[in-house]
Amino acid sequence: MTASVFFGCTFIAFGPAIALFLFTIAREPLRVIFLIAGAFFWLVSLLLSSLVWFISVQISNKENAAQQKGLLIFGVVLSVLLQEAFRFGYYKLLKKANEGLLTLSQEETMPISIRQLAYVSGLGFGFMSGAFSVVNILADSVGPGTIGIHGDSQHYFLSSAFMTMAIILLHMFWGVVFFDACEKQQWWAVAAVVVSHLVVSCLTFQNPGYVASLVPTYVILFLMGAWAFYSAGGSLRNLKLCLTCKDKDFLLANNRPR
Amino acid sequence: MDPLSNKWIIHLLVCCVFVGVGCSSVDKKIYVNLNYTVSCVRLLNATHQIGCQSSLSGNSPLFTRSIMMKLKSSSRRVAGVAVVAPNTNLGEAFSPHTTCPNENTGVYSETYDPALANCNATVWNPLGNGLSYEEFDFPIFSLKDDNDTQVIRQCYLDHNLPVNGTPQYPLCAMELYSHMFAVTDTATCMRRSDTDFSINPEMVCDPLGDYNVWGSTRPVNNTAKGHKMGESVVIAAARLDSRSFFFDIAPGAESAVSGFVTLLAAAHALRDIIQEAPPNRTILYTFFQGETFDYIGSSRMVYEMENDQFAVDLDNIHSVLEVGQVGLRNDSRLWLHTDPVSRKNDSVNKEVVELIANLKAAATNLSVAPDEPGVSQPLPPSSFQRFLRARSIPGVVLEDHKSEFTNKFYESMYDNEEYLNLSYPPNLTPEEKMEHVTERAKALAEVATLVARALYKQAGGAQNLLDKIQADPQIVTQMLYGFLVRTNNTWFQQLIPSDFVSHLTNGPPNLYVGAIQQSSEPTILVQFLLANLTGSTINITRENCQNQKEDETDKESKHIYSYWWIQGAAPPNSTEREGYCVRSSARLSKAVSPAFDLKQFTSKDYSTWAESRWKPIKGRIFLVASHELEMLTLGVGVGILVTSLLLTYFISAKADIIFSSGREPANATY
Repeated sequence: MTASVFFGCTFIAFGPAIALFLFTIAREPLRVIFLIAGAFFWLVSLLLSSLVWFISVQISNKENAAQQKGLLIFGVVLSVLLQEAFRFGYYKLLKKANEGLLTLSQEETMPISIRQLAYVSGLGFGFMSGAFSVVNILADSVGPGTIGIHGDSQHYFLSSAFMTMAIILLHMFWGVVFFDACEKQQWWAVAAVVVSHLVVSCLTFQNPGYVASLVPTYVILFLMGAWAFYSAGGSLRNLKLCLTCKDKDFLLANNRPR
Repeated sequence: MDPLSNKWIIHLLVCCVFVGVGCSSVDKKIYVNLNYTVSCVRLLNATHQIGCQSSLSGNSPLFTRSIMMKLKSSSRRVAGVAVVAPNTNLGEAFSPHTTCPNENTGVYSETYDPALANCNATVWNPLGNGLSYEEFDFPIFSLKDDNDTQVIRQCYLDHNLPVNGTPQYPLCAMELYSHMFAVTDTATCMRRSDTDFSINPEMVCDPLGDYNVWGSTRPVNNTAKGHKMGESVVIAAARLDSRSFFFDIAPGAESAVSGFVTLLAAAHALRDIIQEAPPNRTILYTFFQGETFDYIGSSRMVYEMENDQFAVDLDNIHSVLEVGQVGLRNDSRLWLHTDPVSRKNDSVNKEVVELIANLKAAATNLSVAPDEPGVSQPLPPSSFQRFLRARSIPGVVLEDHKSEFTNKFYESMYDNEEYLNLSYPPNLTPEEKMEHVTERAKALAEVATLVARALYKQAGGAQNLLDKIQADPQIVTQMLYGFLVRTNNTWFQQLIPSDFVSHLTNGPPNLYVGAIQQSSEPTILVQFLLANLTGSTINITRENCQNQKEDETDKESKHIYSYWWIQGAAPPNSTEREGYCVRSSARLSKAVSPAFDLKQFTSKDYSTWAESRWKPIKGRIFLVASHELEMLTLGVGVGILVTSLLLTYFISAKADIIFSSGREPANATY
């Protein structure tokens, strides 16, 4: 299509991520470093899964359509498991790094809490996976044409962008829930993250039935968001306080300059 | 639909010149690339640029001048035009050339004879609409592949046909890439391509040109240039090139092939008699390239003769006999065109009358009747005019028309084998087709016999031997098949060296002269046909043959002859071809306008045609989404971005309160 579609899709896919990055991460160098490191860990997981995928496609029978479909499902499942394994590895590494940071630090407290790390690393995973799932589509959206000459739905670009937005946010929520579960050693929560990730990835096999894939994904997104909200320390009471502007701190903070 | 619109459907579709993107799987879902597209390209001369630069929705039945000019004047709305070439020829006449071909570079200038200048006396191509010489700032493509046409038609029918008055989005669109680099005129583009001032020169245009093919009945020392004492030469000329609106299709069946095939057949008919009873003058066969574009080949040869760069010079020339368009003879008559201005000189007139007498004498017992048009009529567009421009040389141009061209499709893509009516019986294999002697081949063989006899007589041969000269219709039919149906046939394969086999194609050759870098297929083919048809097989080793010598010590032969190791035919029970060495006088000489050597890019005497370089030419079709959908996408995107910015700002500002569970400090504090 045209530049307007390109920018529209880019804003849909990366708008929330960009906003989060700007207001919560960009100003603190340590968070930027952990975000990039998280993105790197996701990339390494993708490299490993693509290696396995490449080898298995080479040795498989390329004529057999059923076998290729099976391979694709195998590749997706493997990739999800690898991603989650790397998330766990990253968690372990951050724990070690945090201890190191503490010894170096002049202050008594940790410069960055494990919850903040969970959020930052989750967003790092999300950024990279979002970029990989949508960049080649965005590149083609700049051209004059739209999908559909072979009878496909022309809402392809729009639905891809919404899917990417969901994936980015989900990675962030998964990060928060996963790290929290690891801290509390609640292994069933870790399993829930892995399972929901698998479910969302396999939902994309519903495409081009975009409604069938997008609606369940957004339901999962909403549920994971709520879970992450609670595990990050949020509560309905706090939210209510906030919305009704009854919190003194908030009023104080805003009144101070006056 | 009337039959014409079935044949001729122009889909005018939205398009633009765009930088291509790589082909990904998403790309495949969006675009269908067109396999066989032929574009009109930009050509430049001293004063003008013609052709296409970088299309409209609609359906128009005919590719005519009026429609194209209407499109041109509304070119802000037209982004490109795709012309679907029909598989059968038009019923009516169509010539995209000018009415007076090469009017400014022939002999008839204001100073030569004001009454004859600019086709004042005879308009040679009255059907010409000049379309090839118009400039279009949108691309025009010809689509030949039927599958492509079908895809476009289907896409158009599926998406662009109006429902309740207005077509519904998504619409089918086509994109044509043919970006031309050169602008304005040859002087400008040659200056920009000038290699002297830049380390890494970027060429924007190339001169048109190729090679002329020539050969002689008596070998001429080609190393010693300039005047040859005691040599008197009769030039037998034909042109090798043609053009059409689109650069890649130029069949030129009547305008070029009929002439040079006749001359080749005549040269073949003369081979034996010249060895038995050599006449005292030499016959020089010349095949000129680039004649369509202001006589590139002949002007170059005349220039070389004037400047002692050719094997003979103008003083050696006795007379000229040119074979023009001779394929479409009505009632067996052949017209002998002469130049009225040079005939005012008595000595020249005497020679011309003698040549005409020889031609008429040669026609006895033949079904060809040579006849003269009016004495005051000028020469049709012909290479001979370039000789006359230099000097008053006696000469005759053979044509099948008395005044204006018989050819209804002069320099168009319809001047093809179908127009020459090469009718083959159905159910023939390609091999049988090639061997089948058509009526047209018989007719051309008659003309070739006439030409051969006249040349022999003109060269001083004996009258009583004329009856022994007979052109072979079999050879003519094979050549016609090769040049008009497919060059990749067994006969052509046998006649060329193995290095050139890759040049053969499964269709007719493109007779467009092209830029000087590429050697064109017809030049190569005519060179080897002339070598085989006039030369002789000699028994020497392959190595010596390829080194242009007859034995180890031979250093002289290469100046006289050219040697080619021809791959030959395979014996019946073998797949290995049996090659042989052909010794002939067939050679190539440059056909590049002297204007480019002299750096006179605004020359009025010589051809200044140059071809623009271009980005890869391709076309693709796809669907375009409605403006509403695009704007909706952008609006949703901007909305989400703004909402998330506000929300994040709000949450991060109040993170302390929202995420204060009491146990631990908040995770997204700010």
